[in-house]
Amino acid sequence: MVLAEHITGGFGDPVFNAQSVFRSVMGAIARPGTVSPVASLAGPPAPLSPTAAAIALTLCDQDTPVWLDASLRGSEAVASWIGFHTGAPLAHTPADAHFALVADPASLMALENFAQGTQEYPDRSTTLVFQVASLTAGETLFFEGPGIERVATLAPTPLPRHFIEQWKQNRARFPRGVDLILAAGDGIACLPRSTRIRASEA
Amino acid sequence: MSALDKDIATYNFAYLDEQTKRMIRRAILKGIAIPGYQVPFASREMPMPYGWGTGGVQVTAAIIGPDDVLKVIDQGADDTTNAVSIRNFFRKVASVETTTETARATIIQTRHRIPELPLTAGQTLVYQVPIPEPLRFLEPRETETRKMHALEEYGLMHVKLYEDIARHGRIATTYAYPVKVEGRYVMDPSPTPKFDNPKMHMSAALQLFGAGREKRIYAIPPFTEVVSLDFEDHPFEVQTFDKPCALCAAENVYLDEVILDDRGGRMFVCSDTDHCEKRQAEGHRGELAGEIA
Amino acid sequence: MYVAVKGGEAAIRNAHRLLADRRRGDRSVPALRLDQIVEQLGLGVDRVMSEGSLYDRELAALAIVQARGDLIEAIFLVRAYRTTLPRFGYTRPVDTAAMHAERRISATYKDLPGGQMLGPTFDYTHRLLDPELATGAPVEEPEQRDIEPEAMPRVSDLLAGEDLIESDGDLPAGHVTGDITREPLEFPLERDARLQALSRGDEGFLLALAYSTQRGYARSHPFVGEIRIGEVELELDVPELDFPVTLGRIRVTECQMVNQFKGSAKQPPQFTRGYGLVFGQSERKAMAMSLCDRALRARELGEDITAAAQDEEFVISHSDNVQATGFVEHLKLPHYVDFQAELDLVRRMRADHEAENVTDATTKEAAE
Repeated sequence: MVLAEHITGGFGDPVFNAQSVFRSVMGAIARPGTVSPVASLAGPPAPLSPTAAAIALTLCDQDTPVWLDASLRGSEAVASWIGFHTGAPLAHTPADAHFALVADPASLMALENFAQGTQEYPDRSTTLVFQVASLTAGETLFFEGPGIERVATLAPTPLPRHFIEQWKQNRARFPRGVDLILAAGDGIACLPRSTRIRASEA
Repeated sequence: MSALDKDIATYNFAYLDEQTKRMIRRAILKGIAIPGYQVPFASREMPMPYGWGTGGVQVTAAIIGPDDVLKVIDQGADDTTNAVSIRNFFRKVASVETTTETARATIIQTRHRIPELPLTAGQTLVYQVPIPEPLRFLEPRETETRKMHALEEYGLMHVKLYEDIARHGRIATTYAYPVKVEGRYVMDPSPTPKFDNPKMHMSAALQLFGAGREKRIYAIPPFTEVVSLDFEDHPFEVQTFDKPCALCAAENVYLDEVILDDRGGRMFVCSDTDHCEKRQAEGHRGELAGEIA
Repeated sequence: MYVAVKGGEAAIRNAHRLLADRRRGDRSVPALRLDQIVEQLGLGVDRVMSEGSLYDRELAALAIVQARGDLIEAIFLVRAYRTTLPRFGYTRPVDTAAMHAERRISATYKDLPGGQMLGPTFDYTHRLLDPELATGAPVEEPEQRDIEPEAMPRVSDLLAGEDLIESDGDLPAGHVTGDITREPLEFPLERDARLQALSRGDEGFLLALAYSTQRGYARSHPFVGEIRIGEVELELDVPELDFPVTLGRIRVTECQMVNQFKGSAKQPPQFTRGYGLVFGQSERKAMAMSLCDRALRARELGEDITAAAQDEEFVISHSDNVQATGFVEHLKLPHYVDFQAELDLVRRMRADHEAENVTDATTKEAAE
């Protein structure tokens, strides 16, 4: 039943759960490419994953319009779960979104459709949360930039089409651009807009 | 019902309400993603005055958890009154373990210094910032300085530093010395002596900056390029001291000058009290160590 | 012998204890009760509520006692408490035309619908110290009118009927009313955020700025269209209900300043507005606020910005006394690390200077 589903599955201990998830996200965005562990703290309706849901519970509220991808929008239970537990309004367009929850990254529209911030206020951009099946089973990507001592690797899957090209364009817009949180079952990794993608390890 | 009838002494963990923490946490994430950019945030009134570290306290309150070990320093020392006061605040509102040992702390909140001991990967350094805008004293208007950052228009800053050289033969900025972060944003490192600037460069720790009154948060992720502004013919240089610490004989550390009498007697001792105590415990002795109570 | 500065903890504890002692004063004098402050120092309580942005007389009275009568310290205490309160929602705009007014005066009309009503004002008292107050002598009951109060339309609405005054101003389409306690200020401000900032701004600062406009620094030819003090109803829209819920009443002071405006290429000559609204009874603050509001509309009205009172970043960035007192007073915190850096620099520069003088003298000698 939709009603029961949307009122259960929040944080058991909102203050401390949110703090621990936040520290995982903060650690991951400060050290792009590293994987921060996240305990399973939320029980959202499918297809919203527990990790992505925990991130939403931690960061979203009345002040942050949230955009859902087609796969999540397809579930009435997901929208009401987000609304009930975070109070966040749904964003009408990707450009209005402070956060975007993406259950199916492979079918995602181009990143440039989301809010990029302005040159004066680059922080007014969308943070995208991708639900990924794995952070190690995909094609290995090499990263460098702030937070990375030499080079970082990550092999997330699935990713949007032409991701490498799209990420290069995102980096070229710096300080404008979007930030990514990759949410897997057992951990999260982040790619802030400052991270550069490299063709190979060399 | 009036508030007095209720138990108004119950505050949330770490004082701030959850909505405020979320707002601050979002600002911190943006700050990390855009190193050196000042993220506006809806700073709250805190139970200590503006200027006492309300920005740093809000950042610490938004990130701290029950497993953290907190160190608070002011002027490099754990026992200065404001450091004591802020440490007590977190002990009270977050029941968190506190320490004076740099190596043991997971979060270090600071005013005016960076510890001498190199920080490590698990640590977060939280700076209290009075005026976050490095261009503020050249251009008082927020509307103008925001444009200058947007256009990466930092010529004015170089002109100011160069005027120093023309007038005084050297750059006359000794603290809050501006840096450029990752080749993009010019940033105020807070009023730390420029001696500490090199410690910010490629640090293993995460550095967060909170300015409460001015409502700005900014960040330097670990392993980020932080370059002090200078000129080819006048390269950046840090302060040097003629003598080692009078208590622990440390060299290449920042020293406080302590007046001993009214006849010009003075001694120089470590500003970082933890560093000094550790060295003394290890048996290092400065020239006045024996005479100290 | 040098004694390392230790014992910060004990020093703070003892200082707080001494503060508590001095706050209480002579124990043989009865302690102040909050109701005494609420009842007998009401205007001080009003100022703390207004600049503390929290309407609660008892808490304001507690803050005044705790602050030993230092109102800015009391305002700070109230703000720090207020900031931890959950936000349930935003009331509808209050309707000051429907105010149960205790005072209402207009300087622009001899008489007007609803009448002039002096109310509890100092205006025509002679400022002679009254020794009777020190004796606790009984005080007469006030005379009250029994007649049904007649409707009291706002002067600005009367002028608006003839198009003699500009309309109340428009915000951009789709504009959601701001909340300066929840969002960082972004300059230039819309008028809603500006008025909020002025309403919690320091009375003394706004008073001095308002005064400066009268002395020619952005003169605006003001007339007091109206000042009214009284109670207004607060109503909250609840999504589940199709009627607003009445939460109660608060006392406010409203000032509508009417200012000359010669008109521009776009607009015919018309009076312009300056607006002031504050919690409680605080006429000085409401009037100062309305003069500052008018001065700060210079950009909107296409006037030259020549004076401090017209400079939005200057006025709004410095009007908050909790911020101002904190930053000014923080100078007493230790700054010795930075001072050390400056000492070192000055010593080095003096050494350079001396060396140069010696060289100069030597060169001179050689030349001679």
